[in-house]
Amino acid sequence: MFAEASTVAHEALSSGWFLEHAFLIPIIPAVAFALIIFFGKKLPMKGSELGVLSMIGSLVFAVGAALQWIHRVNGAGEGQFIDPVIRSWTWWNSGGFHFGIGQHIDGLSLTILVVVAFISSLVQIYSLEYLRGDRRYTHFFASLTLFSAGMLNMVVAENMIQLILGWEIMGLCSFMLIGHWWEEGANSRAALKAFFTTRTGDIGLLVGTSVLFFSANSWTQEHLGVSGFSIRGLSAWALTGNPGHAAITVGAVALFIACIGKSGQFPLHTWLPDAMAGPTPVSSLLHSSTMVVAGVFLVARLYPVFFKGMNILGSGVNLITVIGGITIVVAAALAFVQTDIKKVLAYSTVSQLGYMMMGLGAGAWMPAVFHIFTHAFFKACLFLAAGSISHSASHHSFEMKKDMGGLRKFMPITFTTWIISTLALCGVFPFAGFFSKDEIIDNVGHNGYTVFMVVGLVGAFMTAAYMTRATYLTFFGEPRGASAGESHDDHGDAHATHDTHDTHDAQAHHGPHESNLLITVPLMILATLALGAGLFNATPFGESWERMTKWVEPRSVVVADMAHASVGETRGVRTDDTVAPPMMMSSTPTATASGEETPVGGEALTTASESSAHAESVCGTSAPEMGTCYAPQLHHAPFKWPKAAMSVVIVLLGMLISWLISVQMYTKKAGFFVGLTSRNKLLALGYGFLVNKYYLDHLYEKVIVHGIAHPIAKAAYWVNQNILDGIINGVGLVTRRVAGWVYRNVDQRVVDGAVNGSGAVARGTGNALRPVQSGKVSQYGALLFAAAAVAGLVLIIVNT
Amino acid sequence: MLVNQFLILAAVLFCIGVYGVIARRNAVMVLMSIELILNSVNINFLAFALRNGSIDGHVFALYIIAIAAAEVGVGLALVLLVYRNRKSIALDELSEMKG
Repeated sequence: MFAEASTVAHEALSSGWFLEHAFLIPIIPAVAFALIIFFGKKLPMKGSELGVLSMIGSLVFAVGAALQWIHRVNGAGEGQFIDPVIRSWTWWNSGGFHFGIGQHIDGLSLTILVVVAFISSLVQIYSLEYLRGDRRYTHFFASLTLFSAGMLNMVVAENMIQLILGWEIMGLCSFMLIGHWWEEGANSRAALKAFFTTRTGDIGLLVGTSVLFFSANSWTQEHLGVSGFSIRGLSAWALTGNPGHAAITVGAVALFIACIGKSGQFPLHTWLPDAMAGPTPVSSLLHSSTMVVAGVFLVARLYPVFFKGMNILGSGVNLITVIGGITIVVAAALAFVQTDIKKVLAYSTVSQLGYMMMGLGAGAWMPAVFHIFTHAFFKACLFLAAGSISHSASHHSFEMKKDMGGLRKFMPITFTTWIISTLALCGVFPFAGFFSKDEIIDNVGHNGYTVFMVVGLVGAFMTAAYMTRATYLTFFGEPRGASAGESHDDHGDAHATHDTHDTHDAQAHHGPHESNLLITVPLMILATLALGAGLFNATPFGESWERMTKWVEPRSVVVADMAHASVGETRGVRTDDTVAPPMMMSSTPTATASGEETPVGGEALTTASESSAHAESVCGTSAPEMGTCYAPQLHHAPFKWPKAAMSVVIVLLGMLISWLISVQMYTKKAGFFVGLTSRNKLLALGYGFLVNKYYLDHLYEKVIVHGIAHPIAKAAYWVNQNILDGIINGVGLVTRRVAGWVYRNVDQRVVDGAVNGSGAVARGTGNALRPVQSGKVSQYGALLFAAAAVAGLVLIIVNT
Repeated sequence: MLVNQFLILAAVLFCIGVYGVIARRNAVMVLMSIELILNSVNINFLAFALRNGSIDGHVFALYIIAIAAAEVGVGLALVLLVYRNRKSIALDELSEMKG
């Protein structure tokens, strides 16, 4: 038992300034946000320079921290647990609870930090050109910067409260940015829809956090000295503390509902495509590469909780895989009937998020996290390319069928980057998507989720097909509509109605052309990464290429007990385990782990290190008798070329079939496929079903909202008419009889005399007081305060 | 003592608010002044909650914030309607309720 408790020889874990100060990464854009709001309009570039600079600053900090983390991992012993760099301060105290704020930096958070800061920087640079002259230019950059601050804060969060803070900031910014052009009714409706849909899920976040807190708090306080909000505490509790089955299941399911809302999983995915009403940089940053992965990130972050709560790897099916699997197929099918290029990409995002969820649900943690990493690059690139097309070629239209086509001749750079990213998205061999998506499918199958592996392959086929369709419609064939030079100013896009684009419209009338450098350079950078990012974790080339796995994946080692580490008690002081984790673990393992155990000698240490590096860890399957687990034991599927070749063949097949059909459908005037959906009843039915998005919106608005509101209203009306009215009528009748008697006897004789007398008095007083009732509110206010002051004075005099 | 400074701040805010309610003609400014008054009360609650180490004041302050939001919502709606009818939100012109 003791050998498992990770008493291996420890080299001191290295740290560094950037790692210790990673909490500054979200603070930089937060400060920039305040500066932009207050001074942005007076600055020479209307505040945008602050946004761009703050994002680059965050990127520098994040990359610095990541490099130091890599150094830390490389310097650590084999099979040694790499402590995350945790710092915590007391944010506020209430009712005896400490609410902390701080940082929890490990491989996962650094990966996302670098991605978010990097994509944000590029998107902000892109927006300099894309939104040039917009009437709310400054506010746009302020919201974008605040969004990044929120996301970065969520990623560095040390505890659930801090995470919720970032999560909600993102929700708010998403609302502001989708509704950026709120003059169009559709845009503000989309913003509201996104906000309310994600808020529906957020109920789960609050419920889940509370449930977990109240179940875990006493255990974490006792064993780790941190509160039940702490991410480290929750992870350890889930794996070590023998949590109650009901508590952790309810907590995990509730949190997962929040992830469904935020990450656009079925059945709450409907907001994400509508969110494309926002400016394209927003779609690129928020609704494809960063914000929507927040839900996936939460599952990855609290993986032990979900691992236990959802019984991952313990059974052949669980909620996360099912939702992920359904989302992949459902969203991919919807992408086929879209005519708006951004909506195709939006559904593709939903589908890819489904892959990540399915991977996480099936125990493929590392591939899912790696897919977040690669997906961010190529999806951001695809969206920015779509923006580039609408900006420079199709007169601010996103309609592929009406306004695009044949653009490859006019926009060579956009076309090339689009093709590279499309191949990456589809998962063709040397491109980034292959290394992550194929790994997910492979590992899902390896872990025994065969059905979901098939779902993944079907999804890959469909992805290839709808992306080929979109590519064909956009870049091949003959130019149509706006890209052919036709102008139609009354086009449905919000952009066109704005007074800001007068200068630009002059260019658009000259026909399609390539965008300028502020747009193409970010595209080229992202395309390069879409091509090469896969090499960070290139499983096919052997273990030495699996760098991300080494750096990011938490090691499922049983860590010697740290019962008395005073992590939660520090206020403004860095926590113990960042200062001296190695000392603590190397000098006092025997003392803390168990008193009667004799100190272990040098040879024993090396064998322990060998065994814990390669053998099974108990983490995840059962609670260790001594020490603490922070990550469940996961397995990686061995890479096999035939399997990879099969999935690539499937993808290529999808592309080929889709290409042939597209040529038939969209170019030939007559043929089997032209108008097929209007001829064949069954296909027409399916097409209608897809065009109406499975009628989910109808379900939500017509059935659920009306279904709940109407019966309640009807029931209330019935109660009102029959019961209340009956009572009232009865009471009324009785009252009338009594009143008649009272009137004749009491009222006429006794009361009237008194009333007449008092009436005379009242009239006199009323006349006297009339000037006071001037009708002026301020005068009333003055009287009120004067009276209050007099009353206060009286009170003071009486009391002294 | 720290509580004193809180109370002084609250008193100053309160006085500014009272001044605003009495002296401003613009209905929106009056609403804002009322917010100031409410918040000065909040500060008092928090100051005493801190001093007594009890949570009641915090809870009270949260309720006040929520109710203040509702109040300003109703107030602004009234101002909007007044503006639609009269094209002005000067309070001293609104004296139809004169006795």
